[in-house]
Amino acid sequence: MNVRPDPTFHATAQLAMQAPMENYGFTVMLSPDGADSDGIAVVDLNSSSDTYGQIVHQVIVPTKGDEFHHFGWNACSSSLSPLTGHAFLERRYLVVPGIRSSRIYIIDVKDPLKAKIHKTIEPEELFEKTGYSRPHTIHCGPEGIYVSTLGGGGKDGTDGPPGIFIMDCETFEIIGQYEMDRGEQDKHYDFWWNLPQDYMVSSEWGLPPQFENGVVAEDLLSNKYGHKIHFWDLRKRKNIQTIDLGENHQMALEIRPAHDPKKSYGFCGVVVDTTNLQGAIFTWWRDDDGKWQAKKTITIDPHPADPDDLPELLKGFSAVPPLVTDIDLSLDDKYLYVACWGIGEMHQYDVSDPMNPVLAGKVEVGGIVKDTKHPNGKDFAFGPQMVEISRDGKRVYWTNSLYSTWDDQFYPDDEGGQMVMARVGDDGGLELDKDFYVDFPKGYRSHQIRLEGGDCSTDSFCYPNV
Amino acid sequence: MWWAVVISGIYHGVNPGMGWPLAVSAGLMQQRAKALAVALLMMAAGHLVAMLVILLPFSLMVALYEWETEVRIGAGAIVVAMGCYLLINRRHPKFLARVHPARLMLWSFLAAMAHGAGLMLVPIYLQLCNVDTLDTGHQAANLLMRGNITMAFYVALVHTVAMTIAGGIIAALIYFYLGLKFLSRTWFNLDLVWAVSLIIVGTFGIYAAYTGH
Repeated sequence: MNVRPDPTFHATAQLAMQAPMENYGFTVMLSPDGADSDGIAVVDLNSSSDTYGQIVHQVIVPTKGDEFHHFGWNACSSSLSPLTGHAFLERRYLVVPGIRSSRIYIIDVKDPLKAKIHKTIEPEELFEKTGYSRPHTIHCGPEGIYVSTLGGGGKDGTDGPPGIFIMDCETFEIIGQYEMDRGEQDKHYDFWWNLPQDYMVSSEWGLPPQFENGVVAEDLLSNKYGHKIHFWDLRKRKNIQTIDLGENHQMALEIRPAHDPKKSYGFCGVVVDTTNLQGAIFTWWRDDDGKWQAKKTITIDPHPADPDDLPELLKGFSAVPPLVTDIDLSLDDKYLYVACWGIGEMHQYDVSDPMNPVLAGKVEVGGIVKDTKHPNGKDFAFGPQMVEISRDGKRVYWTNSLYSTWDDQFYPDDEGGQMVMARVGDDGGLELDKDFYVDFPKGYRSHQIRLEGGDCSTDSFCYPNV
Repeated sequence: MWWAVVISGIYHGVNPGMGWPLAVSAGLMQQRAKALAVALLMMAAGHLVAMLVILLPFSLMVALYEWETEVRIGAGAIVVAMGCYLLINRRHPKFLARVHPARLMLWSFLAAMAHGAGLMLVPIYLQLCNVDTLDTGHQAANLLMRGNITMAFYVALVHTVAMTIAGGIIAALIYFYLGLKFLSRTWFNLDLVWAVSLIIVGTFGIYAAYTGH
């Protein structure tokens, strides 16, 4: 507990943008076959440091086969909520779940160079207290730390629906299920909210048998993955509306609400439209009658390709789908970054008018067919995937692995983990920094990135921009 | 003792835990200063009720004239106990997070109750009743009780007005002049000081009861 609020907590997104630059990044190290233990890499992001762009510390856990994926902070700017009185927490611990093992590690990063494991929550405790499995997205909010899960109970995670559970933000004790009335929600992926307006939005990937051993082509072609987004009364813990994006819009993943809590809109990325292989972004918003609406505002076309250049899974289509696997919104709500993992492109859209996004910049690197090299001449395995934007919006970092078994299906010949960075021009535009290229230790792939002091997909703000 | 009522009001008012950041938030979300004022008034109403819920039972008890010293010692002990509890249990009440952001009156009432804000006034109130009684001598019990109830309303009202003015000044300064950067700069962790305040006020109450002042 501090006497003053943690200096990395900001009342508004605007104030967060003015905060000092990030000095460190934390990135998932994934051993795809479970031969080694997973970990968190601490990357030096201070450009005036001698070890800039290098992994300067690693926290490798003692267990194997956890499959680290997404992770988050114990506390963020949401602690300045005038309602909850958590203002004196420290942003100090990373909550790192294993989506294959259901084990959760709490890592103390107070001194990033000496980051260490603070607590381990064994899978049995999670199963027993929540009935959920395969923990995924972390957000710090009004009642503690909220964690979404991808699986329900039972060995294959299909005994009951997945959902969200709450953890105590000081002791990391699991408190229990979040939902009081989940309505028709039966799959889960991401979630985020608007705290003053008291709503939450959640999305759907698929159930564990649909992803753990790779994408199930029959399920995808028969539209059996998730395609709905759910709107919740956050404090009543009740699903108030479900929007079906259309069953052809398979895998509605990342939910990115506008950071300014005065606004009642946000975005959701859809991996693939099974009718035409397009990737899509939906804008969702609350209309004047208080009803939620969603409309497709961005489509990204597949690229035609020679079946010889394609993996088994895609040969029949003679095309490579963009595969929109991650999106991220800058703190000024101006630019939406869209990772097209299949075609090897990172798109930057100007979403100042959220109903009419305009492509403002693009970077090509990696990709199933193009396999574009990094400007430094080195290979970039797989394609652009988990993307994180600096608080000031000037640097965009990303890594390349999607999910162990899926990487192997879409990129059977690729291997490796890389983290790269692109710089944003004053009037938009995006250019890879030739000198920033983190090559992960042999045997490791990379996934989500978190920036020291908060970034564009962790912090929830409780006060509007002025 | 009225100065103590006013000072406790100012003390509660400047404590962010009693709600002034909510008034700033309401003003900014609706983009008008009127929303800030409305939020302050709603929270004042919630606080006033929380004070009365605590003070009124004591106003009935002090009418038991023969037991007055015991009542005052007991009251002081309760206040000290609350302070000790808050000192040991430094966790924040989670149920406050379940209140909808727009239900400010309920929130303010619950926040005041959870922090023992009303208890802090009890020894001061009892002292005021005591002075009142000494002045008027041995009145009939019903008259005394009526006087005590009126006194409870006055104490709660004066305290709440002082609190609202103090919190309102900070909220308005941040809303109109200083900006939200000062929100995190002016937000101090008063948990420890608050708990100690309860212990001091309770101890004073017990002392005053013993010495008969």
